[in-house]
Amino acid sequence: MPDHIAKAYDSDLTSLKTMLAEMGGIAEEQLTNAIIALSKRDVALADQVIARDEKLDRLEREIEEKAILTIAKRQPMALDLREIMVAIRVSSDIERIGDLAKNTAKRTHAISEALPRRLATGLSRMGAMAQTQLKDVLDAYGLKDDEKAMRVWRVDEDLDALYNSIFRELLTYMMEDPRNISLCTHLLFGAKNLERIGDHTTNIAENIHYLVHGKTISEGRPKKDVTAMMNADIK
Amino acid sequence: MDQIIPNSTQQIPRIMVGRDVRISARNVDIYYGEKHAIKSLSVEIPDRAVSAFIGPSGCGKSTFLRAINRMNDTIQGCRMTGDVMLDNKSIYDKDVDVVQLRSHVGMVFQKPNPFPKSIFENVAYGPRIHGLAKNKTDLEEMVVASLKKAGLFEEVKDRLHASGTGLSGGQQQRLCIARAIAVNPEVILMDEPCSALDPIATARIEELIDELRQNYCIIIVTHSMQQAARVSQLTAFFHLGTLVETGDTDEMFTSPKDKRTQDYITGRFG
Repeated sequence: MPDHIAKAYDSDLTSLKTMLAEMGGIAEEQLTNAIIALSKRDVALADQVIARDEKLDRLEREIEEKAILTIAKRQPMALDLREIMVAIRVSSDIERIGDLAKNTAKRTHAISEALPRRLATGLSRMGAMAQTQLKDVLDAYGLKDDEKAMRVWRVDEDLDALYNSIFRELLTYMMEDPRNISLCTHLLFGAKNLERIGDHTTNIAENIHYLVHGKTISEGRPKKDVTAMMNADIK
Repeated sequence: MDQIIPNSTQQIPRIMVGRDVRISARNVDIYYGEKHAIKSLSVEIPDRAVSAFIGPSGCGKSTFLRAINRMNDTIQGCRMTGDVMLDNKSIYDKDVDVVQLRSHVGMVFQKPNPFPKSIFENVAYGPRIHGLAKNKTDLEEMVVASLKKAGLFEEVKDRLHASGTGLSGGQQQRLCIARAIAVNPEVILMDEPCSALDPIATARIEELIDELRQNYCIIIVTHSMQQAARVSQLTAFFHLGTLVETGDTDEMFTSPKDKRTQDYITGRFG
């Protein structure tokens, strides 16, 4: 794509991209650290994650202001318009991902005992999947790679499926021994956070598709999170 | 199940669906002496809609616009091949009376150009020479109706016999539009009608264009992309004498298909 005739327009758009790349990088780190903090019960690391979330909030606000100012000044059209709209939406998804990472980290304080091995494995698998999805979708965004974005969009099903099985498992633990309820509830929220992060990566993927093609995805995304309709009678 | 709907390829614009084609051009080539100004252009313009022609200076959009009411006839060294049809009848047929044609296809120019006569006379002129009014009362009614349609009547009703050139730029332009519609045209061509006007006067004209499209086929040439996006339903992008892309306006400005269109409307033309 050639440059704009007005060079300042290019630098407006470039600075938006730079801020988004910075946000993405921070969100990835936040997620990684939140998962480590929770699984290793590292309270200091958890606090670091909690404190750093403010930076993501600030970047989101800055992106929004910059985007609005650019729209007002340049009246962007076509691809430029889509870039700016998508930047606003993606920054808000990344900000939400940051919140969910922070919430996951917070739960480290509430967990006083080591996690049962099977649960720890399940959760770290979920964490790894969410991390991969986030990394892949941010890469796809940077490269405007729709195919890669669509792979993330589809693979989120697996994260949903894993969440279902962790949900079932946690219910089982709670039913076995009510003393597990406190721990398991926190873990359940932790797992839910990771599942939600997956959903945000699919939002970003849909925005990438729109950015590249100028069309929204018309079909529904494959979803496997059925926990909303699950009762406690499972064995 | 996981298939993504592919990007739609060249298809009929939605605005054309269920709507009459008022003007159609077939393989039009226009030359100014040696210069090949329009290259093999074919397009269909819908009725009761606004079509915008956009493109960089010298791309041929005004030349093509003038071909639609045979204004190029008067330019020396200008020749044309191909055909332009109004309601499926060629406007270049030998039996076509050019004066009659121009009453069917009115034109509004970049700079408002009222006659140096009264407001009333500016509007009455067309109906009078075309013999449209049966008597004086009839003529007066026509003038008032045209001024009303052009959104000017309320502002000038007390001074219909004052000079047209004494009005503000925006009012003069609306007077020219009233003059154009006084002869009951089917088509109104507008060649950058707002480029000499301030933003408020521009907004008034745009509002007027939006009302007029209920009854007329309107074609507007504009350099303002935002204006094209605001007022038109169909957009045609011209470049170097070629019609590059025609499509629904809302798609042209969010996701044009041709790279040249994209580069032009986003301000990247080198």
